[in-house]
Amino acid sequence: MKKSGEKIKGFSINFLPYSEISGLDSTKRIRKILDIILGNSILILQGRLKPEEETRLIEDTMAMIGHVKNFKGVELAVVSGINGEHFFGKMKMGIVNAIFGRDLGAVTIVGPATIVKEIKRNPKKIELLLNK
Amino acid sequence: MAIKAVRNFLVRVFSGMFGSKRNIKLGFYGPPNAGKTSLANRICKDFTGEEMGSVSKIPHETRNVQFKEKVEITYKGKKMVFKMIDTPGIATKIDYEDFLKYKMKKNDSKKRAKEATQGVIESIKWLDDMDVVVVVLDAAENPYNQVNITIIGNLAARKIPVLIVANKIDLGKADIKKIEAAFPEYDVVGISAKYGKNLEEFYEAVFKIAKKI
Repeated sequence: MKKSGEKIKGFSINFLPYSEISGLDSTKRIRKILDIILGNSILILQGRLKPEEETRLIEDTMAMIGHVKNFKGVELAVVSGINGEHFFGKMKMGIVNAIFGRDLGAVTIVGPATIVKEIKRNPKKIELLLNK
Repeated sequence: MAIKAVRNFLVRVFSGMFGSKRNIKLGFYGPPNAGKTSLANRICKDFTGEEMGSVSKIPHETRNVQFKEKVEITYKGKKMVFKMIDTPGIATKIDYEDFLKYKMKKNDSKKRAKEATQGVIESIKWLDDMDVVVVVLDAAENPYNQVNITIIGNLAARKIPVLIVANKIDLGKADIKKIEAAFPEYDVVGISAKYGKNLEEFYEAVFKIAKKI
């Protein structure tokens, strides 16, 4: 993790297909995501977590601040493929999700707050602003 | 389970007969500095004469869940009794250095950051206990923030009725339409908790949503 006032030396971007976490329980999923983040990586995850997993990710993140050196939290964004779809579109996606997992059209981006300053989003685009 | 259902039914029938609902747990959720405590204070001051908590320009002023029992709100001759629950703002990152910008001392900033992280965890733990939730958003900020989406998504998953409040409509940059566009499935009420603007519409929306439980 970056120390205060220190420049970022480097980071990587990890792409994780949903199949990598589909067989894990919630605790292991969150741990896997946070392990990647603690390795100074920005994670791009296919699909999205369940709502209760998203809050669990926030809880675990908060619990780590102050306990893991120079960890200040995460920036998080989910871009969902079913936003704005009409009812039958959502229903169709619901069936697909039930078979294959959680909203595979979505993309979840999680990055350490020391690297990712902000994830700016509006319905049509997403921007990652990095710390200098 | 059956006993609980019968008890709830009887409570509803009797409270309906006497014109007031039971002690409905009304939670105030949202990101830091959206005005949750300002709104809770405004309501409490209007109906009990007392405030709930302190407010500040420095984020994470509320770092513990705060309660006010049996707040009786009257609107157009009807009344409902609420247990008001004001929660710390939910965030995904907390950096003590951000508090230094407000001229706080380093040790105080670190203490505030530590308490704020615990406050976020406490807020999330309380989600399950709410009957109705008012999600307070800053109308001058971008509503497409993952914290907002995560809070509302969790409440939807728990089937807890939600009212979205677009606070700070007194600010020039405020844009209620942007919040309505971001959350088209929810009622959005624009208010200024600081100046007490549009609270009648807010109370009407709270009564409407509280009837759903």
